[in-house]
Amino acid sequence: MRQVTHIFRKEFNAYFVSPIAYIVISIFLLVTGWFFFATFFLFNQASLRTFYALLPVVFAFVIPAITMRLISEELNVGSDEILLTMPVTALDVILGKFLASLAMVVAMLIPTFAYPLTVSLMGQMDWGPVLGGYVGAILLGAAFSAIGLFSSALTRNQIIAFIIGLAICFALTLIDKLLYFLPRSLLGVFAYLGADFHFQNIAKGIIDSRDILYFVSVCFIGLYAAHLALRAKQ
Amino acid sequence: MIQVENLTKYYHTLCAVDQINFNIEKGEILGLLGPNGAGKTTTLRMLTGYLQPSSGNIRVKGLSIDKHTLEIKKILGYLPESAPLYHDMLVFDYLNYVAAIRKINGNQKMARIRHLADLCGINEVMHQPIGELSKGYKQRVGLAHAMMNDPEVLILDEPTSGLDPNQIVEIRKIIKEIGQQKTIILSTHILSEAEATCDRIVIISQGKIVADGSAENLKQSTGGKNLMKLSVQNTDFKTVQEALSDIPGLDDITRVSETDGLLNVNLNYSSTADLRPEVYRRIKETDWVLLEFHQETQSLENIFRELTKEN
Repeated sequence: MRQVTHIFRKEFNAYFVSPIAYIVISIFLLVTGWFFFATFFLFNQASLRTFYALLPVVFAFVIPAITMRLISEELNVGSDEILLTMPVTALDVILGKFLASLAMVVAMLIPTFAYPLTVSLMGQMDWGPVLGGYVGAILLGAAFSAIGLFSSALTRNQIIAFIIGLAICFALTLIDKLLYFLPRSLLGVFAYLGADFHFQNIAKGIIDSRDILYFVSVCFIGLYAAHLALRAKQ
Repeated sequence: MIQVENLTKYYHTLCAVDQINFNIEKGEILGLLGPNGAGKTTTLRMLTGYLQPSSGNIRVKGLSIDKHTLEIKKILGYLPESAPLYHDMLVFDYLNYVAAIRKINGNQKMARIRHLADLCGINEVMHQPIGELSKGYKQRVGLAHAMMNDPEVLILDEPTSGLDPNQIVEIRKIIKEIGQQKTIILSTHILSEAEATCDRIVIISQGKIVADGSAENLKQSTGGKNLMKLSVQNTDFKTVQEALSDIPGLDDITRVSETDGLLNVNLNYSSTADLRPEVYRRIKETDWVLLEFHQETQSLENIFRELTKEN
């Protein structure tokens, strides 16, 4: 576990040493802030519903950008050879990098606390869905980080890693919006596969074990696939 | 210290390393020589646990690498070819990170980093980003990384590749210094480097070991032509031929030059036996004035070319 901590620290610091963290956080706040407040006054409701409706799509773009360099850069530079010949396992590497990207997602979400605080000044806020939404956002961020890490482990080209990650995250976000085209018998399965479907459940303030299990499962599958992809290079 | 048994590595259908066997003793500096694509780097990567062998086994201090990978990694230090480091990190931060991974704690950590900075000559670049360093300095940082845990076995993949002559001399000096206490495995295709730094040389070609021994032994044991040079006065070429041509094992005698009474001849032979005593005895029986008499063993370049010519 100590090795995971060292790798986590190194990767998390790397985000803030380079301009990546500042650019990603700025773009995230700009996009979510703009779309949230553009329609906020039209609804005349003190809730973060618009923000949470938008979040999975924004995450589907932003999180693969955060994770794309994590392994593919190591493969491209060859530093994976240095890392994996020190006394660490491939699992330590995957977990350390996953936690770093998740911490980056949390760092990205922290400034958005300004939204509920601002909104609460304008009207009576129901804090249950707000907190549920943040829990859901962290779970969604974790699931997308695991997928991003997997796509980063597939290739040494960061752009390709980003596109693969984006495609998978986007597919999971939109899958429950495309149910019209599917046979009735498959509706339940495809609705269950949708990340947005589970996220919106939690964002209502209802923390259901099925939704948590979904995000934990996506995390596990993503991390296990990333682990296999990294091991396959050996 | 290290036993390599029937080590084989396939990349899909390409056999990069083909059933190689060798042992390395404690405190030995072993040079792994071979042309490009011979399988040197693949062998080293398997020795470090980075690549898994397709078959065969590696034992380090009696521990099998497939079962005790982590334990073996703890006693190994490895510098990959062209030192692929994290370019956006400062040298100090990088060494600090490596020390943490190597589980070197607080006080010891700073002392160790300082010692390595002195040994590898990187004190002046400790607070520079690795990406801005020259190739020579990157190589030194890579060496410091490899030696962080004071490893019992140090594996260096082409440590002087791409360096200028001054940097090569400096890196070799560091390797020699470390080699007094450590077991070192060094891959290179620079023959003079192997000859200058290694106790033993293993030549690999097309994934197979084609020679194994000290540079001197390799020169003597290969089946190529050997040469003895003779400079004499007070005789002529015909007399020399008559006196020496029936020495068992001697193939032929060639005249190099004959000027002002000084005769230079080459005695060519392929025998592995030492012909010098017999040649000397024959000369002693004559009244020739012997000015020069020495045996020239094959150069390592010739042996290397001979053994790897299929490439």
